[in-house]
Amino acid sequence: MTVSIQLEVNGKPVQAAVEPRRLLVHFLREELGLTGANIGCETSLCGACTVLVDGNAVKSCTMLAAQADGASVTTIEGLAQNGELHPLQEGFWEKHGLQCGYCTPGMILSANYLLAQNPSPNDEEIREGLKGNICRCTGYHNIVEAVKYAAERMS
Amino acid sequence: MYPAQFDYRRAGSVDEALSLLQENEDAKLMAGGHSLIPMMKLRLAQPPVVIDIGRLDELKGISEAGGSVRVGSLTTHADIAASDVLAAHCPVLAEAAGHIGDAQVRNRGTIGGNIAHADPGSDIPPVLVLLGASVHLQSPSGTRSVAAGDFFQDLLMTDVGEDEILTHVDAPALGAGTGAAYLKFEHPASGYAVVGAAAAVTVQGGRCTGAGLVVGGVSATPTTVDVSSLVGTDLSDDAIAAAASGLDAEDPIGDIFASGDYRVHVGKVYGKRALAAARDRA
Repeated sequence: MTVSIQLEVNGKPVQAAVEPRRLLVHFLREELGLTGANIGCETSLCGACTVLVDGNAVKSCTMLAAQADGASVTTIEGLAQNGELHPLQEGFWEKHGLQCGYCTPGMILSANYLLAQNPSPNDEEIREGLKGNICRCTGYHNIVEAVKYAAERMS
Repeated sequence: MYPAQFDYRRAGSVDEALSLLQENEDAKLMAGGHSLIPMMKLRLAQPPVVIDIGRLDELKGISEAGGSVRVGSLTTHADIAASDVLAAHCPVLAEAAGHIGDAQVRNRGTIGGNIAHADPGSDIPPVLVLLGASVHLQSPSGTRSVAAGDFFQDLLMTDVGEDEILTHVDAPALGAGTGAAYLKFEHPASGYAVVGAAAAVTVQGGRCTGAGLVVGGVSATPTTVDVSSLVGTDLSDDAIAAAASGLDAEDPIGDIFASGDYRVHVGKVYGKRALAAARDRA
């Protein structure tokens, strides 16, 4: 069977028929070509697949595309506006918040959610907010600096 | 990792979910999917039909009335952790929900899905047992409630019947003079509790008049520790340590991260700390 879904992805309407077992991350990557959401652990631990669903950070490897019917989804591809990097993207660049970059889209979307809840977090709150995102390059120090940079830019 | 193939049905009401359950043998209910989807990806669960109940607003929300708090089964951990109602009337439940997984998991996971899954490393079950909460179930033949202490039957096994849906949880509000705390020693990767201790004490006139301690992660179901020796004491650190050392489990669970004996040991330590934290809040 297939399930008909209609959703908004990065501001654009999307309509599709998906297999029930289609995970949101596979739908985004393979059907919409939005490969920013990475597939890391596939067990809801690493956070590389984090996207925003109706403004909430979620792990798209642990959500069916069918569950996203009617939702508004934001991926890393949807953050830059008119060619201008989002302050978080700029912060990761300026503060060297990434090495290999695999975790970065998830880190940025989790940080985006954190800043929406708490516009000026301290170091501890940033680390708690990014707890669900793992960086194997051990770049956490600069990631925290990048989020603080963005928080200042956005305030 | 893909789940095995299944048919997807979306329920528009509790009644529709119940009839879909009756019509589809071995169907599973899915709320946020944060217990079921991982099980399905690992092929530990291969339901032929998934009934999505995630949009049933009638099962969402937190309220307080007559000294009792009610949490709808589809309420997310994020909403529980941030609830003003719980902060005022039952903060220990919000505290435990705030310890679950991480922000992303708390945004999707629900209290109903959590307790219906009944993972021994889950944070909510020991708190519900401590509080003496009741779990409410609905089936085509009516509704019933089960004490949290009877709800959790074994590893990943609960009292939910095949034709039932978990609708809400009721827990007594904490009264004046009662402090409660939930402390966990968590697995660094999964965020599940290796051991989680939920404690409450009531103090009147400087003396303890009631105390409870329930530890999760040590056995297949939450382990209640007899801490009645604290009643009548001034809740000194020594008295608390002695009471928490009563934690015992006949057949503790163990894995590559933590052996059974180690879990019992850590359970005593966290039990002691949770009781002390509860005392300091009473």
